[in-house]
Amino acid sequence: MTENVWILGIHMTPFGKRADKDVLDLAAEAALAALKDAGVTMRDMQVMGYGNLRGQTSGQSLQKQIGQTGIPSYNVSNACATGSTAMRAVMMSIKSGESDMGIAVGVEKLYGAGLLTGNDVGSGPETWTPKGRNGAIKNLDGYIGTSGMAGLFAQIGMAYNNSDPRANFELFARISEKSHSHSTLNPNAAYQNKMSLEQIMNDPMIAYPHTRSMCSANCDGAAAAVLVSESKLRTLSLEQQRRAVKISASVLASDPWTEAAQEFPDVSTVTRNAAIKAYELAGVGPQDMNLVELHDCFAAAELVHYDNLQLCEPGGAIDFFNSGATWRDGKTPVNVSGGLQSKGHPIAATGIANIWEVATHLRNEAGPRQIEGAKVGMAHVIGLGSSCTVHILEKSSL
Amino acid sequence: MPIPIVNYLALEPQPHLVAQQCTACKAKVFGRHNACPNCFALDFTEVDVPTTGVLKTFTIVHHDAKGVPVPYCAAVIDCGGMTVMGNIIGVDPDPEIITRGMEVQLKTYSLGNDAEGVEAIGFGFEPV
Repeated sequence: MTENVWILGIHMTPFGKRADKDVLDLAAEAALAALKDAGVTMRDMQVMGYGNLRGQTSGQSLQKQIGQTGIPSYNVSNACATGSTAMRAVMMSIKSGESDMGIAVGVEKLYGAGLLTGNDVGSGPETWTPKGRNGAIKNLDGYIGTSGMAGLFAQIGMAYNNSDPRANFELFARISEKSHSHSTLNPNAAYQNKMSLEQIMNDPMIAYPHTRSMCSANCDGAAAAVLVSESKLRTLSLEQQRRAVKISASVLASDPWTEAAQEFPDVSTVTRNAAIKAYELAGVGPQDMNLVELHDCFAAAELVHYDNLQLCEPGGAIDFFNSGATWRDGKTPVNVSGGLQSKGHPIAATGIANIWEVATHLRNEAGPRQIEGAKVGMAHVIGLGSSCTVHILEKSSL
Repeated sequence: MPIPIVNYLALEPQPHLVAQQCTACKAKVFGRHNACPNCFALDFTEVDVPTTGVLKTFTIVHHDAKGVPVPYCAAVIDCGGMTVMGNIIGVDPDPEIITRGMEVQLKTYSLGNDAEGVEAIGFGFEPV
């Protein structure tokens, strides 16, 4: 058996418009606070994992700001799962025995970024010239389906359970109503205002059935985690041991072959596979989850992931949501942080930020939004392509 | 000679889509592949995709990159077991009109001429 790995310290910066900070300021803010939370310094770190998709920075550039000790940096790029993949790189280093403590950082500045697939397709070429593996003569967005994320995830949601007609505009809007309601208790969320169902449905339509407030919010933010091996943790103070959070499962998966997914993204199969493996590794089941942070990049995504993560009966996500189970006072609270639509989605930070949210509840440090008595929780992230991480975390029993 | 928007749209004798089928496992994909993503075999043959299908899911895009005409309906169509992405054309992009499960048919349309007078042909699906 390889060594168990624990979270010793973890931090998420406030998400939102952080105009006074550049990418490295935000990364440093998260990293220094995570180290302080862990009660250690850069001198104790033996490995770094780093993710920043849009800012072109590296772990090395962060080390120049917070401490250069010559440790390796794994600079990773894995779509929306970038932060959690960076954390997993640190974890694998510890599991291999090469290091016993390391730090992972995810950071992004996205405030005002607009469409992440590009904001201008230009006027196109003067002569039609086939390009790429499909011999496309122009940008296909808008001509052969959409490459916009709001529209892709709208179709994923509308296809739920053999295109169940109950997976509709109002249902998805009610899921967003929950998220925005939860965000009112999260001082780190980019948007903390409650929104009525009417307000959400009357917001500008981005891609039916997703209005603006049903889409993840582009914002600035960073998150960082200090990981430690179990044997090292046992040499640290009782207070550090008490606050440490156990990583009971950490799974990273890519799409397996399915014919349908060659043309149209399939976020379900990869999530389902990762979740099955995570439950198996952790020795717990969906019914044991006291809270779940799942990748609700768009309202429709949340619905399909109830099912993919097995939080409900197969095909039962609509009834599950309608039962109130995923509200913070329900059986399986989902996205009590407010989720990506209100907390915000600084892409490379999200994978660690979701883990921070769950860890903070397990430490009983979540303030007004604390899920009382939380002992086990899950953090799920998926990036189109697809890459998926599922982490199951447990409260310390040391 | 008109040019298709993508190389998997064949214009003759009647417009239709062409998939690459793995000779070993019969998996079908669009576009050039180095090997079969299902069974890793190296050889493909071309097979025609049915021009009618069932609309599985859709969205109506109202906000897109500058230069893309909105609103439009993007959809996923099951054409005889092959998943195809395409726009629903020939009807208003209205969720009251477009419904999951409706039968659709491949149609082509002109994307205009380039500087040398070559016409490009796009495709979409119309309700039957």
